[in-house]
Amino acid sequence: MASETIALSVVNHGARPIGDRLHEWVVTVDHKKLGILYILYALMFLVIGGIEATIMRIQLIVPHNHFVSPEVFNRMFTMHGTTMIFFVVMPFLFGFANYLVPLMIGARDMAFPRLNAFSFWLMALGGFLLYFSFVGGNGLYGAGNAPDVGWWAYAPLTSRAFSPGHSTDYWTLALLVSGFGSIGTAINIIATILCLRCPGMTLGKMPLLAWLNLVMAGMVILAVSPLTAAQMMLSIDRYLGGHFFDTQAGGSATIWMHFFWIFGHPEVYVLVIPAFAFASEIIPVFSRKPIFGYPVMVAATVCIGFVSMSVWAHHMFTIGMNSYANSFFAITTMAVGVPTGIKIFNWIGTMWGGKIEFKTPMLFCIGFLFQFLIAGLTGIMLGTAPFDWQLGGSYFVVAHFHYMIVGGILFALFGAFYYWFPKITGRMLNETLGKLHFWLLLIGFHLTFDVMHIPGLLGMPRRIYTYEPGRGWEVWNLIVTIGTFIQGIAMLLFVANLIFSYWKGLKAGNDPWDAWTLEWSVSSPPPEYNFPRIPVVKSRRPLWDIKHPEDPDWKYE
Amino acid sequence: MSSTAIARPPIEPEWALPSRGRVGMFSLIAAEAAIFTIFVVAYIFYIGKSLSGPLPKDVLELPIFGTFCLLSSSLTIHLAVRALRNAKVGAFGLWWLLTIALGAIFLVGTGREWRRLIFEKGLTVSTNLFGTTYYSLVGLHAFHVTAGLIFLTIGMIFTLLGKVKPEHSERADIFSLYWHFVDVVWVVVFIVVYVIGR
Repeated sequence: MASETIALSVVNHGARPIGDRLHEWVVTVDHKKLGILYILYALMFLVIGGIEATIMRIQLIVPHNHFVSPEVFNRMFTMHGTTMIFFVVMPFLFGFANYLVPLMIGARDMAFPRLNAFSFWLMALGGFLLYFSFVGGNGLYGAGNAPDVGWWAYAPLTSRAFSPGHSTDYWTLALLVSGFGSIGTAINIIATILCLRCPGMTLGKMPLLAWLNLVMAGMVILAVSPLTAAQMMLSIDRYLGGHFFDTQAGGSATIWMHFFWIFGHPEVYVLVIPAFAFASEIIPVFSRKPIFGYPVMVAATVCIGFVSMSVWAHHMFTIGMNSYANSFFAITTMAVGVPTGIKIFNWIGTMWGGKIEFKTPMLFCIGFLFQFLIAGLTGIMLGTAPFDWQLGGSYFVVAHFHYMIVGGILFALFGAFYYWFPKITGRMLNETLGKLHFWLLLIGFHLTFDVMHIPGLLGMPRRIYTYEPGRGWEVWNLIVTIGTFIQGIAMLLFVANLIFSYWKGLKAGNDPWDAWTLEWSVSSPPPEYNFPRIPVVKSRRPLWDIKHPEDPDWKYE
Repeated sequence: MSSTAIARPPIEPEWALPSRGRVGMFSLIAAEAAIFTIFVVAYIFYIGKSLSGPLPKDVLELPIFGTFCLLSSSLTIHLAVRALRNAKVGAFGLWWLLTIALGAIFLVGTGREWRRLIFEKGLTVSTNLFGTTYYSLVGLHAFHVTAGLIFLTIGMIFTLLGKVKPEHSERADIFSLYWHFVDVVWVVVFIVVYVIGR
């Protein structure tokens, strides 16, 4: 096949000085390099956000603890939430979308490579601004440094009177800047998927990952923009003396909540839909069966996309909306469970009767499936308005959404790491370390977040920096903190595995999993131009067609 | 596995996909529309909630001339794109210049209105809720007009340098989508601020 290979980059990578190679990464517009940059950037912030979580858990390990001051505790939960959502999960998902979407649809790059680089560096600047607040946030008043208003930043906490200095402004600017980056990336993903598919790949033959990322990108456009608008208003309030959220001048604190959650709830689906996408690619390959109910999967995803835009105020039951609003948002919240349930049944249907191989990516996806289901069920509980009146703002809610984000999204993300690491680096992640990572994380996760529901039910409010002894919360908090440390050890194992396998892992070859989508048809790591020739596909599993010319898929689709 | 495992079939059916510029611009417009929606919702929500004057009915006057100019500029940019598609670069330049002029007149009108409101009526962002929402919404729109004018001017410079060719009509066309969007937003802003809100 040597004659087929286009020699676009005949460079000897080993021989060049480190400065040159670094420069190449900074100025790159290649979707694969940007994807890797996104992922490395997210890994860095995952460690930082994890340290912040650990600090909070150490503070809460026993009643009346004095590990950190209340002010520092406030900063920790604000920074932890903001970091994990905007600078860990979002860049992880954008990184994988960047890396995989062009490869899976048979394109040589994203639709707008320079916009792609611009979006990444905007997001990088956003993260830098957020953390620069530790140094530069003091302002004139000397009141605190990092933002301490919670990741919702409810008014009037963000007004000048209650947040003097510049810490809140760093938060606003960080989200504004990274929001522009997210919108840019979303535009890019949509244009790539709609306009750069290889010949033969109709919308109905796209890999599910591409479909789900298309829906995710559409939701980013409709959900992140309201946050951008709300941040502009907040800046106008804080710097120009506006009254949007100033209740003293007739403004409304409630409207900030609406604007925030119009972003905030779809954001959850923005994060979880790519996790669905990973599961939808990994589960079929390790069950040795095509995905069950492809059209229904697509329809359910689009349906989730629409319905999830109208559920936001279920975060606001406790503020006292009228009963019509409560009923509406409770019903839509129940309704979004239906397409989600369809997806879960489809994944189980894919595994049903398959020859399941319990490799690490599959283990993580099965973990994702069960934990996501439980997170969805507690979500239905909290979506019931009267139940939410009882438990809104308690540790039950904290346990619920961490179940979703850690148990669902992070597990699927780790599955994606183990599955695509061979493609990205050319080497397999170590399977033994991987399984150890999975089981330790699973144990730590369940110790932390199963148990965390209980102090919530017992009435422990979220965001308190310490608590009284004798309320029955002590033992649960102790177990939660122990679980956190087990998760921390699991994460260290993962990082060790990444580093070890990058240099010493088994060589992967092009197609280590015997998979069916186009990214496995090129070398690992793929050449800069991806495909020497743009492929032509006839079915949803182009590599199956090649491997089994006697029984190709396109005869049946 | 070889790197070119997927063979090209001998007969290729027609494979046409939408233009990425068009899809990208429509996506951008969707995002911008979402941002404007939030500002419009805030404006409507705060109508009549100001605790002190001046109020819209006291100080706002209908900007008929500016509106007329801005809406006409949608027509002129359309004619410009059509001229370029038909390889009439001279006509394109004229229509394009007229678009810039009309947009600039609109901006001057907004500027004069703001000057009157600030210096004669004493209405600023911090005066009351009307001031906050009015300057934000109208200002956000004016910012988009300004951004559009900058891009139009860059296009005009290229035209004067003789770099614009008929094959660029697609790009001009995609930019015109943005300009039409800015016009449509003005119609909404006009109705909300000057008709409903007054």
